[in-house]
Amino acid sequence: MNAYSMPSQSGPCKVLEFDKAKCVGCNSCVNVCPNDVMIPNPEKGKEPIVIYAEECWFCGGCVEECPKDALTLVAPAKQRLSTIWVRKETGKEYRVGMKNPLPPNTTPPSGNK
Amino acid sequence: MNFHEYVNATGKVPAWPYEVNYGKENIVETDVLIVGGGVSGCRAAISAKQKGATVALMDRGFSKRSGSGGAGVDHWHGAVRNPCSKVTPEMYSEAAMDTSDGYTYGLARYIVGMEGWDTLLEAEQMGVQIRDEDDEFKGSIFRDDETKLLFAYDLENKHCLRIYGYNIKPCVANEARRIGVQIYDRTCVTSLLTEGGKQGARVIGATGINDRTGEFFIFKAKAVVISTGGVGRVGAFAPELTQSQAMADLNHSALGVSIGWLAGAELIRLEGFGRAGLSGMGYAPYSTGNDNNTYQGVNNVDKDGKKIHYAYADGRLITEEEDIFKPVEEDSFIIGHGIGLDNGYKQKYRITHTEPGLWDKVMAGELQQPFYTDMTTLSESSRRLIFGLMLAHEGKCRVPIYENLTAWGFDPAKDMLQYPVAVYEAPMLLGGSWPGAQSTPANWRGGGGGYLVDWRLMTSLPGLFASGDGPLPGSGCHGEAHTTGRYAGRQAAVFALKSEAVEPDAGQIAAIKAKVYAPVNTAGGDIGWKEFNYAVVRIMQDYNGEYRTLHTLDLGIRRMKDLIETEGERMYVNNPHELARAVEAMSAAELGVAYFEAAKARTGNVPRLGFKRTDLKEEDTSGSWNPIHLEGEKAVARFVPLRYYLQEPYAPTLEENYKRYAEV
Repeated sequence: MNAYSMPSQSGPCKVLEFDKAKCVGCNSCVNVCPNDVMIPNPEKGKEPIVIYAEECWFCGGCVEECPKDALTLVAPAKQRLSTIWVRKETGKEYRVGMKNPLPPNTTPPSGNK
Repeated sequence: MNFHEYVNATGKVPAWPYEVNYGKENIVETDVLIVGGGVSGCRAAISAKQKGATVALMDRGFSKRSGSGGAGVDHWHGAVRNPCSKVTPEMYSEAAMDTSDGYTYGLARYIVGMEGWDTLLEAEQMGVQIRDEDDEFKGSIFRDDETKLLFAYDLENKHCLRIYGYNIKPCVANEARRIGVQIYDRTCVTSLLTEGGKQGARVIGATGINDRTGEFFIFKAKAVVISTGGVGRVGAFAPELTQSQAMADLNHSALGVSIGWLAGAELIRLEGFGRAGLSGMGYAPYSTGNDNNTYQGVNNVDKDGKKIHYAYADGRLITEEEDIFKPVEEDSFIIGHGIGLDNGYKQKYRITHTEPGLWDKVMAGELQQPFYTDMTTLSESSRRLIFGLMLAHEGKCRVPIYENLTAWGFDPAKDMLQYPVAVYEAPMLLGGSWPGAQSTPANWRGGGGGYLVDWRLMTSLPGLFASGDGPLPGSGCHGEAHTTGRYAGRQAAVFALKSEAVEPDAGQIAAIKAKVYAPVNTAGGDIGWKEFNYAVVRIMQDYNGEYRTLHTLDLGIRRMKDLIETEGERMYVNNPHELARAVEAMSAAELGVAYFEAAKARTGNVPRLGFKRTDLKEEDTSGSWNPIHLEGEKAVARFVPLRYYLQEPYAPTLEENYKRYAEV
């Protein structure tokens, strides 16, 4: 890790997780974003760069647009820590972003579109 | 990849990836121009095109997902003419006017009542699922088995629908494109164009800039519809903290209303600026336990499993699940939440809500925080309706809530979702404890100011129309934005088709360009657009807040003009994206002056608008709006009755006016 002179980022630093193995750098996410928070990577075929993370309003449009299923929306840490649930049977607590999470609940949403 | 990762990996700051041509002119000629490509703007564009007009639409974002409604919707309000509804358009609009003591747009409520259901049926034709087509909820009390419609809030009256609206924005944007609307994405409006370049004259187009290239757009139009968001960046600005919990994005600035203010249009409802219960800070909407809105009907318990009851609006506790969806009085109906009646509902229209005295019990130690939403006790069908349908389709819910929570293992059949540990205050007025409505700390609202309109939804400027919840304050929510857009679009088309095109004034365009591009043409700028926007908000909160007087309002105007003329001339930008943000921030300052002027014009306090000045001892009981507009630099106010739309030159009833004006 190099050291650079650079301003600290304000607010959420990471709003999107790109799966590098899946992302082909098509920039569909860049183009659908209503707030233009990303720019294409100067290196063609690589994942976009999030330059205005604090302008992301977490609509998830980019995630839905991704043709390779390579994108995950990452809630700010304060929200990961406030979205907490208790499994009634065991009394055990879980949260978004935890270490050693539960297996995913794969129930699809209601609706046919 | 994050910005810091890129810098660490390459040792470079990324160059701007788009070709920049600041000021390069693009000219577009059209019959109708729509400003704002959210759900309302897309519907306006579609209906104008269907009337035979050529239509151009400028969208600040990217029309497929842009706007407050771009991320979905689960409730469709005002569908009172659906075949199962017992509510009429008259009942609906009278109830909205009654519960707000008239401080709402009764004419827009009536238009919504008359056309909301038709507007939804058209959305269904565009590809939006509005019925339980797969019979997943067959036999449920929330479903009509014949029409397969699903209902929310009030099962006796069935006027509010649950819909599968997650993909509604791509559907309406695609339809607009399919029928030939010319869409200009990433184009930020910068000003209206008026006949002869004169303030107060007919509107003949608008200008804009592209937020990637910086190019300049001149739209020449015979009619213009403002379908933007509202005034989100005048009273509150802290995107680093609030964007993740906002129900409107940063593009929701002030521009759509500010350009009308500068052009001389009359605005109303600006005086209600102040501290808000809505739009709390911190929690992602719908991400925590709660009992309200999309969660209506869940089971809630305290830390030890003690049940927290729902109660009717009169305080009687409810013990049966299905009674949660009944009005308090037999001859009344529940209006429903989130439709701009945010200064409180009268008892007979209110939803069932958390039992009274709940927070006293918390303070007395009878109930222990945290509370939990326990959906495991619901029937499979009810649980699925709430979590599988509503929380998968409501705005900003499919990805941030449904997919996020389930990816991390949440299962509503097994898990209880925790409430925030907090003091629940303001939402009690509405009934309920939706954490999206908590104030921790208190937020500020812009008063919901917008345009004064006539029965055509035309503003006081000929050729300028308004639609949607931002430009038409007190007109509703998502579905209503569709409906007023659809109505305004066809009115604008008719206006355009009988009007002559007028060439814009060259001097006006030159002045707009000089102002818009000042941050890139002026050397030595040292104020970023954010720093400027924070300052706007500081002035609003300090001088137009709870302790405002005529004197503080005058000081506020002085401070705002000082900010515009001093720091405003020192703004710098790094690229066209920041230039558009700077234009928005400046519009917040310019509209801020209008808020002060409106508060000065009132001679008595208006509690229902949240308007109070400490130097005014009397209440304004006249029941009036105070439209305010600019003449040169001077603000001019007048007073009109709240129901001005039922007085001369209009007919005395909603129905007669609708018949006279709606079908064109």
